[in-house]
Parts: sequence; C-alpha cells; structure tokens
Amino acid sequence: MKNYLIYWQRMVACSLKGSVWYRLWLLFLTAFVLWGAFNYYHHLKYGLITTNMSDAVSWGIGIANFVFFVGIAATAVILVFPAYIFKREDLKSVVIIGELLAFIAIMMCLLFIFTDIGHPERFWHLLPVIGRLNIPNSLLAWDVIVFNVYLVLNLHIPGYLLYQKYRGKPAKKIFYLPLTWISIFFAISIHTVTAFLLVGLGARYFWNTSILAPRFLISAFASGPALLIIIFLVLSHFTTLKIQSSIIDYLRKVMMVTLPVNLFLFLCEFFKEIYPNTLHAASAQYLFFGLDGHNMLTKWIWSAVFMNCVATVLILIPKWSKQNKILIACCVLTIVGIWIEKGMGLIFPGFIPTPLGEIVEYSPNLGEIAVSLGVTALGALIFTLMTKAAVWVLTDKLAHNVPPQ
Amino acid sequence: MTTDRSKRNKLFLEKKLEEKIERRTFLKGLATGLGLALFSPEKTANALSFDEFWQKHYKELTPEDKKRIFERIEKQTLERHHTEVKISDHRPMDGVEFVYCLNLSKCNGNRKCVEACQKENNTDRSFSYIKVLEMENGGFNLEKGTTHYLGPVPKEGKFYLPVQCNQCDNPPCVKACPVAATWKEKDGIVVIDYDWCIGCRYCQAACPYEARHFNFRTPEIPENEINPDQGYLSNRIRPRGVVEKCTFCLHRTRVGKLPACLEACPTGARKFGNILDPESDVAKIIKNERVFVLKEELNTLPRFYYFFS
Repeated sequence: MKNYLIYWQRMVACSLKGSVWYRLWLLFLTAFVLWGAFNYYHHLKYGLITTNMSDAVSWGIGIANFVFFVGIAATAVILVFPAYIFKREDLKSVVIIGELLAFIAIMMCLLFIFTDIGHPERFWHLLPVIGRLNIPNSLLAWDVIVFNVYLVLNLHIPGYLLYQKYRGKPAKKIFYLPLTWISIFFAISIHTVTAFLLVGLGARYFWNTSILAPRFLISAFASGPALLIIIFLVLSHFTTLKIQSSIIDYLRKVMMVTLPVNLFLFLCEFFKEIYPNTLHAASAQYLFFGLDGHNMLTKWIWSAVFMNCVATVLILIPKWSKQNKILIACCVLTIVGIWIEKGMGLIFPGFIPTPLGEIVEYSPNLGEIAVSLGVTALGALIFTLMTKAAVWVLTDKLAHNVPPQ
Repeated sequence: MTTDRSKRNKLFLEKKLEEKIERRTFLKGLATGLGLALFSPEKTANALSFDEFWQKHYKELTPEDKKRIFERIEKQTLERHHTEVKISDHRPMDGVEFVYCLNLSKCNGNRKCVEACQKENNTDRSFSYIKVLEMENGGFNLEKGTTHYLGPVPKEGKFYLPVQCNQCDNPPCVKACPVAATWKEKDGIVVIDYDWCIGCRYCQAACPYEARHFNFRTPEIPENEINPDQGYLSNRIRPRGVVEKCTFCLHRTRVGKLPACLEACPTGARKFGNILDPESDVAKIIKNERVFVLKEELNTLPRFYYFFS
C-alpha cells in the first residue's frame, strides 16, 4: 500500500516536470479550464437561462460535444482488438495510450452531461440502490451504466499494467485480459447505446433512423484513429517513446476503410431523407438547404462534407498519405469534419423544426462555448499529465528501482 | 385588500425575524462541525438543506415525510413569494380515467384557456402549457400553423388548434426519464416529481407534442396572482432547472372540479370527464362523434381527442 502511494506520488511529480514548453502547454490548458469553470459558475448561479438553449432546442453544444467524444472513447477498441485478439506486439506497446484516451474521453462525456443538466447536485438519483435508475426503459439510464463500467475498465487496465511495469513484475493475464475482452464489448456498447438514445425517440424523425448506430461507429473509427495518429506523432517527436511506423501505418489503413464508408453511409442517409421529400424530412431540409429562409447550419454541414471528401481523397492515395505532413492535414480535416457532422450537424437539426412545426434556430453563446472548451481543456490537461507519467513508466525512466531524479 | 396586505406585511416581518435566528443557528452549527449542523434539530430553511438534498422519490415518501416536506414548501413559498399557500396531495380516484375532448369547430383561438392555465398553474408568464396553433383551412400540416398570431380572432380562412399534454397512455417521456421522475398515474395523468427531476431534458426531446417546459430560469410570477391552492405533483411553484407540464389540473379534477382551461373557455369547445362513466360528456363524444388524436402513427395513445362538430 505504501509503495503504491509512493508510485502515485512519483507519477504526479513526474507529470508536472518538463521543459518550459511543456509547462506553458499545461498553463495554457489550465487557463481554459478556469475560463470554463467561471462560466459554469454562472450557469449554476443564474440557471441555464444563461445559455442560448430553449424549449424548442433543449440540447445544445454540450450534448453535441458529448456525442462526438463518445466516439473518441470507443476508439480504444481500434488498438485493443488487434493487440489482444490478433496478438500484434507493436500495438501492444501503445495500447495503454489508447486506453487512457478512452478513459479521458469518457470522463469528458460525463462532464459534458453534468454541466448541462438543471440539477447536478441530484446526480445521486442516478446511482444504484440509493437512486432510482429507470432500467430497462430509459436509454439514458443504460448509457449511465455502460459509461461507468467502461470508465472503470479503462482506469483499471492501464493502471494495473503500468503499476506492474513500474514494479518490474510481469502482468498477470488473469488480472487484465478477461477485462480487456469485456472492454471491447463495452466500447461498442457505449456508442451503440448513445445512438439508440436518439434513435429511440419516435417523435424526432431526423434521429429515428436505423443507420444512426452504424454511422456513429464508423465515424468514430475514422475520427478516433485520426486523433491517435496525431497523438502518436506528437509523442514520438517530443518523447523517447518509440512509436513504430507500423502502428501509424495500421491506423492509416483503418482510416482508408472507415473514411469512404463514412461518406457512403452519409450518402445513404442523405438520399433517404431528401429524395422522397416527405414532411418527415423537414429537419434534413433545414440542415442541408435551409427551411423557410432559416439556414444557419447549411454552411457548416457542407464544409464538413467538403472536409470529409478531401480527407478521403488524401487518405486513399498512399503516395500522399504516407507523408506525415499530408497525413496530419488529413487527420485534422477528418476530426473537424466529423465533429461538425456528428455534433451540431446531428443534434441541432433534430430539434428544428419542433414537433409542432415551429422553427427556432440555435447557436451557442460565449458562455456555452467557454464551458465546452473548459471541459475539453480539462480532458486534454489530464490526458497530458497521465500520458507523461505513462510514457516515463513505459520507457523505464520511472520504475521502483530507478531513484527519483 | 387592506387586511390582506397588512397580514402579508406581518408575515413578512415575522419571517425576517425568524430568518435572522435561523442564520445564526446555522453558523453556529457550521462552527461546531458539519455533522452537528446537518443533524441539529433547528435546521435552516435557507439554501439547500440536508433534508432537501436527500429527499426521497415521491413514491417512497411516508405520510410523515410528506407532511414535513409540504410544510417546508409552504414556508419557503411564504419567504420567497410572500404568499400563504396550501400544498395538497390528491391521489387518483378509483374507477376514474380522465379524458379531454376538444371541438375544433367551436374553438375560435381566443386563448382564454392559455391565460387561465398560467394563473391556475403558477407558471412563468413567458410560456404556457397550452399552445394554440392558427392553422390554414385546407390542410392539417402542423408546420403551416403558427402560435404567434395577433389581432382579433377568428380570422377568415383559419382554424385554431390548441395543443397541450396529451397524457398519453403509452408516454414516450416516461420511458425516457433516466431517474423515473415522471410516471403515469392510475387515472391516466402523467405527473412529475419536481424534487426528483435532474433536469436532463431527455423527456422534452421525447415528447411529440411539445408539452414539456424546462425552467431555464426561476419562474417569474406576479405575487398577487399566485394561486394558493397547490398540488405537490401539479401546480406548486416549480424550482428552477426542472421540467414541468400540464397535469389536467389534478389538484382540481381529482376533487371533482373541472380543469381551469375548460372553465375559462367561452366557446364551449372543451369537454372533460371520466371515460369509464358511460354517461359522461367525453364518453358520449367518443362514441358518437368522429374523433381523432394528434400523431396517431406514433402510437402514444393520447387521452386528448379532437373532433369537428
């Protein structure tokens, strides 16, 4: 127990040390966290009236970001699956980073929800036994369960592996391998349940479509690897952690499949909504072409489509995508494109027009943007600290028999 | 009027004096440790008390719990809105299932129901449980309707469609709620425990009739218009950050009165009653008229019927 506390103490100390640039990066993130916290305090003090949400558009940028980051959380499976099922040793060396990313993304998702609800102090109503979770009826209740299980799994698995590495002892398979397999199932579950949460609303024709869950997963398996590629390239540039080129190559190949499939599924959805031209397609009409002169989202969605198309072309030509600079550009386009398509391009139009046909547009105000940025910055901050410590443990710079520097 | 005001002033003064003492007790409690403060017999009525924080779901409350909670709410209403109110808890009657019928041939869009509803239910004046849509003759596309109509009614070539909670028999909102803060009662009315709702607004997204309102701000109600006859599950003044909706005025209808919107309607378009009683207006209308419900294809099984007659 005492050793474990020392291990934590050393990890924390290690994660706070670093070059001037590293510390500036931490400071930069902390500033955004504080800005977000200040704005969240306003939400608490005056109520959600401080946001631009309304009875018509009752979910805003918080839920949009939530949906996007669920995808990022599900991505860990892209590394876990081949590492443990196909026993790819190169991936095994970095799978911990993927699991930490999943943990952070889930934490961010929970924070996006927490900062969005009217009575956060009543969170305990969601707890088993003392609360009253509406199982099996409510998809949101299911979401709470799968999220928390996935959160714990992704905290335990990398935590255990890192500690064993620190102690210089081999990790016992029984303590992590079965849980890893379970986590594969839950990675798929979190995104499926989140999609079902929207699909299950018969009143919202825009979401009530069976293609939503597959679209969610495919877009997650495009934006997730894109983010992982960027993270790995950054790590190999700034740290001594060796990222084998086969890993980047593997992620690039995943994107070569998922990016075109993502576009194809988008096309399927687009056709189904627009061609029959029924009244149920009003939300899609609004999103893609505008409705009755209201077209706040059209420029966003078409720029997202454009970005996804460019990214697809870039990734499909190996001569280009094998160059790191082009690959990074492609990854950034993928992340931004999918963030728009899946966040504001999916959540906002679901509410427009309202079930009684009224059109109320929504765009977040500065306070809402600040809270969302704050949550994102907090995620990035904790991820940076955890990854720093993890990299030191993985590269044997931080171990029980290495004295503190 | 004068007696009313002096009475109110007196109460206000008493309350202020009491508050002072309570605050001091609370500080002392804090000083002697959080545990003592939380469990001390003289608990503060200000802020969020221990009791409020850990308040159980409505269905788990004992009669003693209810008595204590209702007293607390009455006291808080007096403090915050300077009005003496009575919180009631009328349960559904046996052999009663409520149904609403609305004659669209008679409704002329005067919105007296909207006004009466706001007053009866102590809602923030910026919205109402009832939305009246002005629709173009010649179609039933809700998107062609508007709630923002002005000027004298009825207008040529228009008809009027009031929409409120349909008290569905298969309610999507109840299914959606992650903490079971909203449920369907025996008489068909869908209610919300405002003290259990976490304010996630998933039920709002689930409702096909836009019946639900979220209190983005603390409800603003003119003090002299507060209705003191308040039901715990219906028209008591809602806290901020929770969802609310029409409850068929259950604090009235469960004691044999009619909903406020019906009483206010000058056209006689609205009919309300017990569908299990074959002699009731609603039973006869459903038997004899050609009635329909909104968005039947969603299979929500509304208890709110429309007809032209």
